Amino acid sequence: MKLAKLLSRDATLNRVVPPSGFTAILTIVSSGVMAFLAIFTIAMALAAGDLASNWEAELAGTATVRITASPDTIDAQTDGVLAALAQTPGIISARRLELTEQLELLAPWFGTGLPLDQLSLPVLIDITETEEGPDRTGLEQRLAAEAPGAVYESHGRWRAPLVEAAGRLRGLGMTFLILIALVTGVTITLAASSALSANAQVVDVLRLVGAKDNWITSAFVLRFTLRAIIGAFAGMILGVITVALMPGGVETGILSGFGFQGAEWLWPLFVPFVAGLIAAAATYLTAARTLRTAL
Amino acid sequence: MIELDKVAVNFGDRKLFSDVSLTLPQGSFHFLIGPSGAGKTTLLRLCSMEMQPTEGEVSLLGQTVSGLQQSAVAAMRQRIGVVHQDSRFIDHLTVSENVVLPASVSGQSGPNIDFQLVELLGWVGLAAQAEQYPLELSGGERQRAALARAVILSPDVILADEPTGNVDWDMSVHILDLLIELNKLGKTILCATHDLNLVRHAKSRVSAKVLRLKRGVIEVAGAAL
Repeated sequence: MKLAKLLSRDATLNRVVPPSGFTAILTIVSSGVMAFLAIFTIAMALAAGDLASNWEAELAGTATVRITASPDTIDAQTDGVLAALAQTPGIISARRLELTEQLELLAPWFGTGLPLDQLSLPVLIDITETEEGPDRTGLEQRLAAEAPGAVYESHGRWRAPLVEAAGRLRGLGMTFLILIALVTGVTITLAASSALSANAQVVDVLRLVGAKDNWITSAFVLRFTLRAIIGAFAGMILGVITVALMPGGVETGILSGFGFQGAEWLWPLFVPFVAGLIAAAATYLTAARTLRTAL
Repeated sequence: MIELDKVAVNFGDRKLFSDVSLTLPQGSFHFLIGPSGAGKTTLLRLCSMEMQPTEGEVSLLGQTVSGLQQSAVAAMRQRIGVVHQDSRFIDHLTVSENVVLPASVSGQSGPNIDFQLVELLGWVGLAAQAEQYPLELSGGERQRAALARAVILSPDVILADEPTGNVDWDMSVHILDLLIELNKLGKTILCATHDLNLVRHAKSRVSAKVLRLKRGVIEVAGAAL
């Protein structure tokens, strides 16, 4: 029965605050935009985290020997270096990088069409070390004897600053998320405050018929929370679609790895939920304060 | 039931009335008359706890009003039905939703309230307008809807401020009949009006006292009418 449906308490609680108007648009649009930004920030923070983990895993216990020499001597020097490395305690393995691998390493800067065969590139030897690693001074002396242009580079010294940079990027992402939450809260506070002022007559009637301020507050909280969730859900969908459409291959350079992987796709689902919580808290505080003082 | 003890109301430097004492026993019917600006609406607003007196005390249903918490005021208002001259509805709710609002805000719902609503709308002659919006109603329909809203929780007291202010004579008599019917059910009625013909009409049908508020003084005016 339509009448019975209208008469239920919850139906009235849902309907006493006008469903449309300036504050409705403000809440829905601002929640949507903030959710969109939040999705990008989460993607960035997760990518930074993945990057840090990858760097940590990939750079641990690895090193490179770079050999620069004339084309007619470089192969002999490389063989000498590989032989020296094979006999060095603390070295698990050493192998010369193929040209295709070097191409992949250079692709983020020069693209994939690099004519390597026309360039004089140094030879790179990829080394896997034991946990203790080799005696660096002794190894450098032996390498100098085999190939005067050889340079030994332990990746470990790159690891700490890179991991720290990735950690800072992740921290920056968290800061952005907190700022987005704050701006959302402030916007909804303003919208709720405007709505309470614009609907002073509604509040007046509700009080006249015996509504407690808690009931009136609940009506506003319910309305604004639903608006924020609707806006944030729309923003989340747009954000996820946009992130999914972002190019993420190695050829994209710094965008490589940006986006969600596997279970990370569940993270965006939290955005509307958090937006709803922020809206509920902001509206509750605003309505409780306004009803206590101004109205 | 309603007691005003040496009540004074000032608006800034202007003294509206002072030293007003009044006792309305349970089940009584009182008209409050007086010229415009005498303070009839203000006196009703004191009785509905919409404002506080500058001096003196107001007691309702055996309880002193001053210093009550908002939740206590809300609980008291559920026992006092108010019909304002301007009706005061929530315009985006239907007539049904507006009439049932006192029950909704106090958490009362279910078949009993549904039945009561249907009965009430029939009683005030608005069954056909149940799903309309307040702005679609005529002045008389709005006043009857306001009366239905005022009595849905079966309050002990009904305060009516010019309930016939914007309606023709037939409708005025109809609204008066509804108030008399409520009084016969034991409800305490305080009705402010400037319509002396209506008061004279009522006196032949109900034992009503007439209070005149003039120049800041309240007096019983039965004999003069």
